[in-house]
Amino acid sequence: MIEYKNVTKLYGDKVGIKDVSIQIDDGEFVFLVGPSGAGKSTFVKLLLRIINADAGTILYNGYDVTDLDNVHIPKHRRSMGIIFQDFSLLPKKTVYENIAFAMEIIQKPHRMMKEQITRVLELVGLTGEEKKYPHELSIGEQQRVAIARAIVNNPSILIADEPTGNLDPVTGWEIMKILDKINKRGTTVIMVTHSQEIVNAMDNRVVAIEDGLIVRDEERGNYRPEDDSNDNNAEGGIFSL
Amino acid sequence: MNTRLILAFRQAFSQIRRNLAMSFASLFSITAIMIVLGVFFILIVNVNNIAESVKQDFDTIQLYLDADVTEEQAEDLMDDIKGMDNVETVTYLDKNDAMERWKKKWGDNANLLDRLKTNPLPNSIIIQVLRLEDANSVYNATKDMTGVEDVSYYQDTVEKLVTITDAIQVGAIVIIVFMIIISIVVVSNTIKLTVIARGKEIMIMKYIGATNWFVRAPFLLEGVLIGIVSALISGGLITYLYDFIVKNYGVDIALLVSTGLVPEMFLVKNLFIIFIALGTSIGACGSVISMRRFLDN
Ligand SMILES: Nc1ncnc2c1ncn2[C@@H]1O[C@H](COP(=O)(O)OP(=O)(O)OP(=O)(O)O)[C@@H](O)[C@H]1O
Ligand SMILES: [Mg+2]
Repeated sequence: MIEYKNVTKLYGDKVGIKDVSIQIDDGEFVFLVGPSGAGKSTFVKLLLRIINADAGTILYNGYDVTDLDNVHIPKHRRSMGIIFQDFSLLPKKTVYENIAFAMEIIQKPHRMMKEQITRVLELVGLTGEEKKYPHELSIGEQQRVAIARAIVNNPSILIADEPTGNLDPVTGWEIMKILDKINKRGTTVIMVTHSQEIVNAMDNRVVAIEDGLIVRDEERGNYRPEDDSNDNNAEGGIFSL
Repeated sequence: MNTRLILAFRQAFSQIRRNLAMSFASLFSITAIMIVLGVFFILIVNVNNIAESVKQDFDTIQLYLDADVTEEQAEDLMDDIKGMDNVETVTYLDKNDAMERWKKKWGDNANLLDRLKTNPLPNSIIIQVLRLEDANSVYNATKDMTGVEDVSYYQDTVEKLVTITDAIQVGAIVIIVFMIIISIVVVSNTIKLTVIARGKEIMIMKYIGATNWFVRAPFLLEGVLIGIVSALISGGLITYLYDFIVKNYGVDIALLVSTGLVPEMFLVKNLFIIFIALGTSIGACGSVISMRRFLDN
């Protein structure tokens, strides 16, 4: 379970998120929507401790994420998988190596890798593509490899910040189905998106953020016009901030 | 741990390969800096050596005796002096022997001394002290003894010598420290380029839960490898150079300062130990510094 209690994050005099309180249960699938600059990425980065809050607490697995020592951050992050819009693969590594890389970091023995990589590639529908390099794959296929990398260590939470942002609707929908499949296997999924089609097609919880505040939280929600801003092209992932 | 180390080594080598030009540039700079360091090191060691031996020439106190002091009285004086602290040897120098010494020293001009009708030199007692630094106490204890007319000891010269060698050493150490700092900056800049080039990879590693040391390991190895290779190259060149100097100018230098150069084997062995330690730490410091900002979570 994840519980934000009165969490505030400011960037100088700019508001990231302001006094946010929310609870997300294990196994949930949550869409995070809202106009550009609303604070969605800030929300997920706080959970990963890529940034830290100015006030409030984030309870997770019985500890306060905002209060973690630096030495405990790596272990904390290993319990989560992350996918970002431009959180790309390493171009000089093959599909297999890109996924193995995530396992090397947690020092999984090499003999265990092959089996697990085969398994996650099957899950994302890329069986047999181990030896290809990213540039030999379509953008959608690359994103699927990124998903495979994010889940290979069996995280209990998957965080996806605009995973379909660069994709055409059909490919985006395929990615959505994969994430749904992962959620059905018991993984909590938090997905930031601007995609009206996807949100409306699913029957999931929708949390809308605007100007750093949670303005709506519906158990089975829809996308609304005010969730979008007119500068939809300006959507940026983690590296564009 | 094993796989992790192998992984780090593989990555370090591939980083050096990918960044070959810069790696060579920093290898070259550090080798150059280490050669300068080596020259200073050799200089210090030899200056020290020469200074020690020169000091030995000056660590005597000479008591000039009154003309009416008999040899027996002189013997008594010598017995008293032998009992003092910090005295190593006491010898009697007859005035005729003293004259002979002068003649030897003057060499070709010794005939000038032959023109003297009587020997103007007094008989004297020469005291060799144990510690030059404490020669003053012996000087004070002997200068007022009966039968002693005058005392000469090269306090000024010795003090000057100590000042000069101290200055040379301090100067050399300042330069060495300065050079070490420069090489750390050079290594850290080289590695920073690799770090920036691999910034995205590092960020991915960090975000999926790599520890700082896991991320740092290959860069650390890269730095250390550059440092060690520089140490070996510069150590080799310095050895060759010193060997050349000892073989070709060793005798001249020995005649000039009345001390031989410090033996090669001793110096070279120590130089290599110092260089490798230095190269390793320069490389390690450089890489840790270069990554500092990339790793603060
Ligand atoms: N590193 C930063 N420094 C300064 N301001 C920042 C930084 N990161 C985010 N902000 C600001 O905080 C606010 C929230 O940003 P955030 O990235 O969370 O928005 P977002 O909802 O993810 O937007 P988008 O849909 O465009 O990705 C914005 O006003 C943004 O300009
Ligand atoms: Mg964002």
